[in-house]
Amino acid sequence: MTAVPLQRRRLLAPLARIAGGDKLVTAALAVLAVLIVAAVFAPWIAPHDPDAVDLSATLSGSTPEHLLGADQSGRDVLSRLIFGARTGLLGPLVVVIVSTLLGMLIGVAAAWHGGVVDSVLSRAMELIFSFPALLLAIILVAVFGVGLTAPVIAMSVAYAPYVGRLARSVALQEKARPYIQAYKVQGWSGWVICVKHLLPNIAPLILAQSAINFGYALMDLAALSFLGFGVQPPTADWGAMINEGSPSLLQGAMLPALAPGVAIVITVVAFSIVGESIADRVARREQ
Amino acid sequence: MAGFLLRRIGGIAVTLLVTSFLVFGSVHLAPGDPASFLLGGRSASPAAVAAIKAQYHLDDPFLVQYTKWIGGVVTGDFGKSATFRQDVGGLIAARLPTTLLLIGYAGVLILVGGLAFGALAALRRGVVDRAVLVGTGIATATPSFVAAIGLISLFSVQLGWFPAFGNGGGFGDRIYHLTLPAAALALTFVGLLARVTRTSMLEELGREHVEVARSRGVPGSDVVRRHVLRNALGPITTVTGTIVAGLLVATSIVETAFGLSGVGQLLVSSVTVKDFPVVQAVSLLVVLAFVTANLVVDLVHPLIDPRLSHAKGGGA
Amino acid sequence: MTTRLLEIENLTVRLAAGKAARPILDGVSLHVERGEAVGLVGESGSGKSVTCRSVLGLLPEGSRASGGVRVDGEDILTMSSTRLRDLRRRGVSMIFQDPRASINPMRRIGDFVAEGMRAGGVPQKDALKRAEELLESVGIREPRAALRRYPHEFSGGMLQRVMIAGALAGGPRLLLADEPTTALDVTTQAEVVSILTGLRAERDMGMLFVTHDLELAAAICDRIYVMYAGRIVEAQSTEGLFSRPRHPYTSGLLAATPRLESDQPPHGVPGRPVSLAEAPSGCAFAARCAHARPGCTEHEPGPREIDGAQVACLRAEELIHD
Repeated sequence: MTAVPLQRRRLLAPLARIAGGDKLVTAALAVLAVLIVAAVFAPWIAPHDPDAVDLSATLSGSTPEHLLGADQSGRDVLSRLIFGARTGLLGPLVVVIVSTLLGMLIGVAAAWHGGVVDSVLSRAMELIFSFPALLLAIILVAVFGVGLTAPVIAMSVAYAPYVGRLARSVALQEKARPYIQAYKVQGWSGWVICVKHLLPNIAPLILAQSAINFGYALMDLAALSFLGFGVQPPTADWGAMINEGSPSLLQGAMLPALAPGVAIVITVVAFSIVGESIADRVARREQ
Repeated sequence: MAGFLLRRIGGIAVTLLVTSFLVFGSVHLAPGDPASFLLGGRSASPAAVAAIKAQYHLDDPFLVQYTKWIGGVVTGDFGKSATFRQDVGGLIAARLPTTLLLIGYAGVLILVGGLAFGALAALRRGVVDRAVLVGTGIATATPSFVAAIGLISLFSVQLGWFPAFGNGGGFGDRIYHLTLPAAALALTFVGLLARVTRTSMLEELGREHVEVARSRGVPGSDVVRRHVLRNALGPITTVTGTIVAGLLVATSIVETAFGLSGVGQLLVSSVTVKDFPVVQAVSLLVVLAFVTANLVVDLVHPLIDPRLSHAKGGGA
Repeated sequence: MTTRLLEIENLTVRLAAGKAARPILDGVSLHVERGEAVGLVGESGSGKSVTCRSVLGLLPEGSRASGGVRVDGEDILTMSSTRLRDLRRRGVSMIFQDPRASINPMRRIGDFVAEGMRAGGVPQKDALKRAEELLESVGIREPRAALRRYPHEFSGGMLQRVMIAGALAGGPRLLLADEPTTALDVTTQAEVVSILTGLRAERDMGMLFVTHDLELAAAICDRIYVMYAGRIVEAQSTEGLFSRPRHPYTSGLLAATPRLESDQPPHGVPGRPVSLAEAPSGCAFAARCAHARPGCTEHEPGPREIDGAQVACLRAEELIHD
């Protein structure tokens, strides 16, 4: 009786340590860990081939064979959900990495140089702000065609100012601190000071913003796949699954569309909990 | 104030100019010949090719093309749709009422729901507050298309209270048809607004002037209305800019999900069939609406916070 | 004997909320007669503000109070919320320390001054007219225009005048002033104090004046209570307090006050003030007291009457400080 909880506790222990003992954050980290494992080891974990058609199971509800049922083409929903975590996480990951690097470069450059550089970069960021990320993605899809590439490029650009604005303001604060001045007086080059001292100090807040951005990017990319602009059927992807599954809703088959919907919500919630807890910890450390 | 207004409008003009330039120029970024791209890869008669070339002045230098195009846009001439063979302006005008009604409906839901839940959480700490926090956390993480399928499966399929598709005819029927779409559109923003309202009100509740008002025998409800809610409006107004931007784009998703023929759905279907003149026009309109909304927010903010009306310019 | 305007009797307040549970006030008793100005003096953390706010029923969140706080014989602690609201509107009003924080920055000055009257059912027009008169009486120029202006357009001193006007609006019998000049610069302090004392005398209001500044209290008040660590340690007439302080803490405070006529430099009370929660058993001041005896830390000295002065010190008879 006690064996299972004990084991579970041992599994969660490292996560709980990272989470600082907070149960909610531990749970969020656990969700993310499960997702990453599912995405990486999908072929070994998924009970079925995500593209295998079992016509006899078409739009069946939950059965022992198909735990989350099968979709309108008779494909196993659970397996597609597990495989869907791959595109679901990969797209936002690229967006977050590129936009974070881009944003930090812009923000730190603006803060460090000030003057004309700052006002040009700030104007540019404002300009991108007036372009909703999804709209930019839709335009790029219209120009370059459907698929993940155009949306990921569009979002990397559109999300950069969120990081850039934060990086700029944090870097401005850090720059004003005496220790940076001391390095300058000692004749260190601007690049070295930025990379070795400024970045590590602003990194935690940027990380928090990036974790929250990950959730938003996931929602936006899934929306594009839902519209048919992103990941294309028959590839298993949460947004595309909702698109394909929504006609079956009216026939009373909820799982093909609802299961990926719930997966999206849970993932985004987990990312925002982690992001907010990082931001909280930074705020507490500052005090 | 006049100087501030002029500077802001100047900024908007620059934004629109750059945006229109990018939107127009993107045609030339596309792989292949602009004429065949604008025809959406449809095999076209030489006459059609000539027409599109004439419409976009494709034989002129790029800047001349742009100037002629933007000259048309300013006078309301967005060119002709490649698929509908109609004026783009007319296509949009026919669909605008549905979209505006949808946004207005969602806006009311967001305002009422966001303020009510936010205020409730701030004033009733404990169980209610925690429930609102959990609810809004989930709401903000629910994209509109997920909300759409959730609402359809519950209210259309299971309960059969609301229709899942279509615009409806007549005002009452339209509102009825738009209820689920508006709710789907509103959900995530209700969460966002409730969070902002809660934080902002909690901050105000801790202020000295609130206690002072209580110490003077002002009834609790008046204290909340005149001092807490009133003062919390500043951050709430600021977040409406974000909400408007999100709403404008999310209409394309919600209209598609519910099969409403609105401007958003027009954008999506035009991208699908590569009807570029329509994509250009709708994109410009969205950006215009967005910057206008932000201008309104900037103009309204000093009315809410008198301390801002004397500040010079207003920085951002 | 008629009832006193304000009578605080054996008021004890403790925070009862979980881990933060701690005592704040212990057996505080004081009174204010009709038309009398009474000072309540002590260092920060001594509980003087809590005492003052308790008169309006404003107790710290999560605290429990016992004893009595009576205004005209009616107990605030057991009063219905309707009655309390009515008392706040008409009977008792308070002037707070920092006018910048105490007046809502988003509402007009007229709104602030008239708010209490409006809550009491006075029509908007009459309330604004009365507000204009009040602003004039506290020395605001162009009071009619001032009604429509916002707090950020006023200096701190002017805002404190607005606060006084607001406090007078309900025609109170009792005025509570919680360090009303601490947030102001010195020249403005004098102006605000003179306006306050002038109007108090003119309207024959009783006043409880809370301050850490003994000199200021002496200039304004008929009688002074001295507080230390949540208890009243000494109470007597201003004259008596200055000529013959009975409690070692009072004499310490007096010695710490710079005086023009003295050629000795002021010297502070050694040690750090403690709050009631940190106070050891016995006399809370014993650790800082030059006259402390072993007996002082054993039991808490109760207040005793000596030559018209109330003193809470075991050695009050032996030590006459003059």
